[in-house]
Amino acid sequence: MDLLRAIFIDPFAQMIGSPDLLAQTIWEGFVGGVLYALIALGFVLIFKASGVFNFAQGIMMVFAALTLVGLHEKGVPAWVALILTIAVMYALAVGIERLVLRPLVNQPDIILFMATFGITYFLIGLGELVFGGNPKSMITKELFLPGGSIDLHIPGGRVQLQKLDIAAAAVALIMVAGLALFFQKTRIGRALRAVADDHQAALSVGISLNQIWVIVWFTAGVVALATGIFWGARSDVSFALQVVALKALPVLILGGLTSVPGAIVGGLIIGIGEKLGEFYWGPLLGGGIESWLAYIIALAFLLFRPQGLFGEKIIERI
Amino acid sequence: MFYREAGQYKTTYAADMAIFPIRQDRYGLALILLIAFVAIPAFGNQFLINTMMIPFLILSLAAIGLNLLTGYTGLLSLGTGAFMGVGAYACYKLETFFPQVNILVWIVVSGFVSALVGVAFGLPSLRIKGFYLAVATLAAQFFLEWCFARVPWLVNYNDSGAIEVPSETLFGLSVTGPTATPVTRYLVVLTIVAAMAWIASNIVHGRIGRMWMAVRDMDIAAELIGIRLLRAKLLAFAVSSFYVGVAGAMMVFLWLGAAEAEAFNIDLSFQILFMIIIGGLGSIVGAFFGATIIHLLPIALRALPAMVGLSIDAARIDQLTFMITGILIIVFLIAEPHGLARLWQTAKQKLRVWPFPY
Amino acid sequence: MKTMTLFKSAVGGLALSLAAPVTAVAEDSIYVPLFTYRTGPFAGSGTPIADGMHDYLAMLNERDGGIGGVKLVVDECETGYDTKKGLECYDAVKPKNPVIVNPWSTGITLSLIPKASVDKIPILSMAYGLSASARGDVFPWVFNPPATYWDGLSEILKYVGGGSIDALKGKTVGYLYFDAGYGREPIPMFQTLAKEVGFTLKLYPVAPANMQNQSAQWLDIRRDNPDFLVMYGWGAMNPTAIKEAAKAEFPMDKLVSIWWPNDADAASAGDGAKGFKMLNWHGTGANYPALADIQKLVIDKGKSQTPRGEVGEVLYNRGVYNSVLIAEAIAQAQKITGKKVVTGEDVRRGLENLNLDAARFKELGLDGFAGSFKTTCADHNSHSATFVQQWDGAKWTKASDLIGPDTARVEPLLDEAAKAYAEKNAGWPARSEPCDNK
Repeated sequence: MDLLRAIFIDPFAQMIGSPDLLAQTIWEGFVGGVLYALIALGFVLIFKASGVFNFAQGIMMVFAALTLVGLHEKGVPAWVALILTIAVMYALAVGIERLVLRPLVNQPDIILFMATFGITYFLIGLGELVFGGNPKSMITKELFLPGGSIDLHIPGGRVQLQKLDIAAAAVALIMVAGLALFFQKTRIGRALRAVADDHQAALSVGISLNQIWVIVWFTAGVVALATGIFWGARSDVSFALQVVALKALPVLILGGLTSVPGAIVGGLIIGIGEKLGEFYWGPLLGGGIESWLAYIIALAFLLFRPQGLFGEKIIERI
Repeated sequence: MFYREAGQYKTTYAADMAIFPIRQDRYGLALILLIAFVAIPAFGNQFLINTMMIPFLILSLAAIGLNLLTGYTGLLSLGTGAFMGVGAYACYKLETFFPQVNILVWIVVSGFVSALVGVAFGLPSLRIKGFYLAVATLAAQFFLEWCFARVPWLVNYNDSGAIEVPSETLFGLSVTGPTATPVTRYLVVLTIVAAMAWIASNIVHGRIGRMWMAVRDMDIAAELIGIRLLRAKLLAFAVSSFYVGVAGAMMVFLWLGAAEAEAFNIDLSFQILFMIIIGGLGSIVGAFFGATIIHLLPIALRALPAMVGLSIDAARIDQLTFMITGILIIVFLIAEPHGLARLWQTAKQKLRVWPFPY
Repeated sequence: MKTMTLFKSAVGGLALSLAAPVTAVAEDSIYVPLFTYRTGPFAGSGTPIADGMHDYLAMLNERDGGIGGVKLVVDECETGYDTKKGLECYDAVKPKNPVIVNPWSTGITLSLIPKASVDKIPILSMAYGLSASARGDVFPWVFNPPATYWDGLSEILKYVGGGSIDALKGKTVGYLYFDAGYGREPIPMFQTLAKEVGFTLKLYPVAPANMQNQSAQWLDIRRDNPDFLVMYGWGAMNPTAIKEAAKAEFPMDKLVSIWWPNDADAASAGDGAKGFKMLNWHGTGANYPALADIQKLVIDKGKSQTPRGEVGEVLYNRGVYNSVLIAEAIAQAQKITGKKVVTGEDVRRGLENLNLDAARFKELGLDGFAGSFKTTCADHNSHSATFVQQWDGAKWTKASDLIGPDTARVEPLLDEAAKAYAEKNAGWPARSEPCDNK
């Protein structure tokens, strides 16, 4: 009875008792969710266009942020470093397309998935070799990212909103809107959608798959850089961040592997869900349930919709 | 020239379906076993046995287990590390509850515990497929890892929060713990791995194996020809987890000697997955090839600079090893996407018809 | 199967040929392997430690020609803080007759403890590893001076209690910890103390995978509003926690950490980290003759990977301190045995007879660097007093006098833990090693 009470009544009583904490929890979950969604977005872009489940998205995030900070440490001004990093991400996209995707075209999914592990290993080694394994502080001031916080006063207390987090949410919003526009309104965007629909049909009307892949991987690289900047500013740029990127997997699965809005909605559900779960129900289990709660939430959704919330319906034929 | 089956007539179906239908293969296998059982213990030094062979065999066994699930039944799993952990913790609990029973019994029995847990986490596989299922198995990975870290009962309330391996003997010879010689531990591991690999290759060549492969190739079609998907898939999870669990128990008791929950983290799962993809999905021998590339190759790479007399910082070597391993993974995939096992098949075929290829 | 055989024998041959030259480590040198991690998620903590350990020993080679006239062969092995790689390192260095190993990871230490007495290689796990290994009569081959995590906890609690743990009655104390063996070890003692003294204990575990994603823990902290927060963090967990504390406007001077944060961890949080406190037992800054020698003879000559400005950081000096212990143990071993080239067994005796007093530190060029301590056959730890230092935004300042551990509470726990370890590991050998300082 006590247990039932602790599970079903106490947490809600707490929520009503201190609405400021509830609001703060939701806000933290929202910010975490936005960042998960950004990582998931990189996955989705690549999966849509090339059918590759890109495990390297996490390390691309670390690598991009590390390049930015590392270049700045070597005395390059911040904005030059930013441009150079974007150039590096472009070179990476071209390199991956030439050396990995092109020779592996038409291979089963799992082989391409495995190849992205190869990329992951390579980037871990390269990143540590060039910039060292030490965690580095993100150059927030130089990039004109805001610091400090805004206090919102609501009944029952205050909610503290970090300006940096607001900026992250804004940037995420702009990126998603920009990508949507890009997909809908431009020639390349249309080509991208055509490739996503059907590779062979797209090829037959004269769309260059290779070019599309470079563009998609480059876009994913830029998304990775943005994510890396904000995660890096929240904690530090280090190789441990790569583990955080694993959280994008349940987001992806929840939203559906091929859906951009799915990545966003999935990110928010996972982000807010895991924070609420950890904060209100975590203490019952001794805390730290955040590490698996996201996967359980995703699994629960999957049992009802095996293709994710926004994924294309899986039609099976013999 | 020597690899020719001319003159070897098969007079029964059983002989035709044998795992090694060609005499030379049987000799080859006998030679390998001879080297593994006699030559390596006799001439190998401690580094070879302790750091290379024991982990190689244990990881190969885990890879065989995962291959039964992913390679033969087509169910992608990223929870291997956690299932190895289940085997290890089960073995530790059983061993401390009943210390009078021999440790080897418990190593094998812990596989059954792991199989049970595997079946429980295999249930979603009936509805979920492909990468979606992979993420479902990640739920198992993280949840079990959390349990290992958070349930002190699992480690008998040790202050260190780790499994501590007591000394155990077999026929008066010390098998686990610090006094066990590497050669003893190696022979125990080798015996278990050889026996289980033999059983696995019999399973996959038989009715069950064909059933799994039918499910892998198209599960709806398999269902239509009368295969019960529920049973086939759960059986695959059970057998696979059994193998993986035994490998996990051996990893702690015969290799590491003590283990924290972190020993069974997601990296281990990925490592085993690499092995079966590089080695070849749906191939028992591929598991050994994969373990060679993923476990032995980095050790060799790390040792290389010292051998040729270059002095490079330890950290540099490690970073270069990462890069080279990454490049090699991609190169192997490009050279033969079906894994080294396929390369091996092709080589054998070439050898068979040499010098007159047709 | 032929290619496989070939491959195996090729790999085997490689291993054999590898092992062959190593036995040829010169007769007149002492082999000291250093297990380090400059890669992986914990590289941030591992690198300065590795640099400090390496540089001090390299400096002894340059300045004094080794120890007692015998050159040291210093060899780094990269573990990446991974137990499996650590064991690989151990097997790789074992044929070269190491006189001591420094695992620098609790996981590796736990795996090596049972091997030490069999392989006759002493383990120095300086203020980490298994707390119970302070008991020399049960663990003759393992040394963890100068303090255990349990000592550290009692010292922090004494500090926040203003000199006595009992003053915490009625307060709420939070414990933010790295959710692995290391962070969990103090919990039983913490809980016992909470019951005895009557304070409320709140636990905030941080999983290794969530080191850089701590907002949930800090929400909990805001809800519970503890009077003091004790932190046992490692790697990327430390800078993230300090940043989150600054963000959550948690009063920095109420946050006291065990001895593992580094300068960079505090510096990365900027002004918000001002007032952050941690335990320490040795000096910070480069203002010691021995460190000047390192700068002059090792770093300036390009014989080290140490970047500019790292000398004097907490963890760099921690690495130096670790190497001071190694060097002293070797010197003691030479003194006791009268041999020049000592073995692992001799160094074990050396470690058991360490006697670092103020005068000795002065001789070493480290005047006032750390408090004096002694090890004995029964006590491999010394349970030294530590002090609290505070970050002022640019450097550390001493914020307290030396605080001794609550021996009355720690000692019985250690005895019990050592006994439990020996009992649970059936067949644990009773101590047969002779003692030099009875």
